[in-house]
Amino acid sequence: MTLMKSLMGAAAAVALTAGAALAEPALIFDLGGKFDKSFNEAAHNGAQRWANETGGKYREIELQSEAQREQALRRFAEAGANPIITMGFAMADPLSTVAPDYPDTKFVVVDVTWLDAPNLRQVGFAEHEGSYLVGMMAAMASESGTVGFIGGMDVPLIRHFGCGYAQGAKAVNPDVNVIANMTGTTPAAWNDPVKGSELTKAQISQGADVIYAAAGGTGVGVLQTAADEGILSIGVDSNQNHLHPGKVLTSMLKRVDVAVYEAMKAGDGVETGVFVMGLADDGVGVAMDENNKELVSVRMSDAVDEARKGIINGDINVVSYYENDSCPALQF
Amino acid sequence: MEFFVTLIQVLDSTIRLSTPLLLACLAGLFSERAGIFDIGLEGKMLMAAFFSAAIAAVTGSVWLGLLAGIASSMLLSGLHGLASITFRGNQLISGVAINFLASGLTVLIAQSWFQQGGRTPSLFGGGRFEPINFPFAESLSGVPIFGPIYSELLSGHSILVYVAFLMVPATWWVLYRTRFGLRLRAVGENPAAVDTAGVSVVGLRFAAVAICGVLCGIAGAYLATALQAGFVKEMTAGRGFIALAALIFAKWRPWHAMWACLLFGLLQAVALRFQNIDLGGIVIPVQMMDALPYILTVVILAGFVGKAVPPRAGGEPYVKER
Repeated sequence: MTLMKSLMGAAAAVALTAGAALAEPALIFDLGGKFDKSFNEAAHNGAQRWANETGGKYREIELQSEAQREQALRRFAEAGANPIITMGFAMADPLSTVAPDYPDTKFVVVDVTWLDAPNLRQVGFAEHEGSYLVGMMAAMASESGTVGFIGGMDVPLIRHFGCGYAQGAKAVNPDVNVIANMTGTTPAAWNDPVKGSELTKAQISQGADVIYAAAGGTGVGVLQTAADEGILSIGVDSNQNHLHPGKVLTSMLKRVDVAVYEAMKAGDGVETGVFVMGLADDGVGVAMDENNKELVSVRMSDAVDEARKGIINGDINVVSYYENDSCPALQF
Repeated sequence: MEFFVTLIQVLDSTIRLSTPLLLACLAGLFSERAGIFDIGLEGKMLMAAFFSAAIAAVTGSVWLGLLAGIASSMLLSGLHGLASITFRGNQLISGVAINFLASGLTVLIAQSWFQQGGRTPSLFGGGRFEPINFPFAESLSGVPIFGPIYSELLSGHSILVYVAFLMVPATWWVLYRTRFGLRLRAVGENPAAVDTAGVSVVGLRFAAVAICGVLCGIAGAYLATALQAGFVKEMTAGRGFIALAALIFAKWRPWHAMWACLLFGLLQAVALRFQNIDLGGIVIPVQMMDALPYILTVVILAGFVGKAVPPRAGGEPYVKER
């Protein structure tokens, strides 16, 4: 028994020191899981890219419940993983308690920009810039002069998406009519594809022929109904063009993979602070691939390229909804 | 004329949104009329939505999917029956447990089978219920007033919608015109009397719970394979609870249940169509419309609009002898 105990103790000590010596990065996926075709899968792709390029190894865990958040953070920190990369705004609270306990460990969080800790790298995205570009494409692809926006839960982040979209659409066609709907005011709004479908049908009956969905699982219903009814839709976060080839105009990409890749590449020397990734550093963008090649005209892609340059060098100012909690181009 | 077109569209949306409510509401009606309260409607619908979509995705047949959905929902019903009829447990707690069970199991199984973050693959072709177009719907659509009502409002829904609305007279007939229905209602009011007459209380209650499972199964399958093309986690989004509210609103009567569900469906459809309603100076925010079903139910429960009296033996396990 004592032998067993000391053996196990030794093994644990070896494991601990091994972890500390190597300082492997660790990646904590959010509840959606590693293969969610969206947010977490993008993180997985970024980590894989780093592993393939450098031959490095990383630790990972897929959270199964809320209670595991702090537990996983502490376990990785105790094991000497550095940096520890976490996904999603729900990590904000556990991080604010755990990060101060491990001052020598660097933590990275995606989609959180409001915490205050010296060893924390917070990565946000300029979603309004990417939404501006897809808004331009929507207005150019629309024949009816009416485009739609369907958000998930009515929170500032989603208004932020819609606001950029409306500004982009109005930049192409000042007379364009932008219809904006939110699915709901509770978290159930992220997973209500039935309501997403009904909203899509309602917007179609009001003349919309391109609809941008920024609504998580609800967006699945939006894209489906748009494809069924023969109009165009725009996906969000990861490239959703393949869901209905030839029916999805484009997707507004949020390059979570780039954020994860860069954090892993920098290793334990990763810079801390608040970083907002925009068009300039490819943090957001529009998806072009063989699935939407037929839908995007040369004129459209030229205009998007030009606007991208304009936004990067400051010629075009896309107003952020956060600036004064209102949108110049759209009334919510 | 434009108003009329909009009206037809909103009513069309109302029918689609009311159907799952109506099926779940009638399911609850059978169960509660037999004295078994069922707040697990939501969980049963969710389970059925998942299994119908999963089996339809794997086999490519929506009918097999429907059967799987009904079977899974009945399994949960059986569990509820076992806990609350056989073992005389608390019916509300058993219902809550079923909701949690369904919410967790669906995502877990979906992840293990399909690895798509708790979703099923998109259904296509024979894996979905297609809309049924009535004869002459196309040619009659030009007729004023009648045309749009026939070709847009009544025609073009999936078969489950028509099944749901046919279930209303069927439920009324079963409950009020058959011996089984009489006994079922009696067992919810005074099980001891039924027992004295030599009819099995346990048997009747299990039958009611089984019917409840079938109807919830159809409701779930409608969500996942007719309205949508696949399962998304938590896709029932509280419809089981709105159905319960409708049941109370309807005071446990089938025809009233239909009107209550149509009303709640209409409220949802209006909220989706018009975000903020401007009534000459007063703006009704969309949140108000979303909350109205619950507000109306509270008003009813508070006794402002007549009294809602639940089945007298509801919620109490039947004990034959002490």
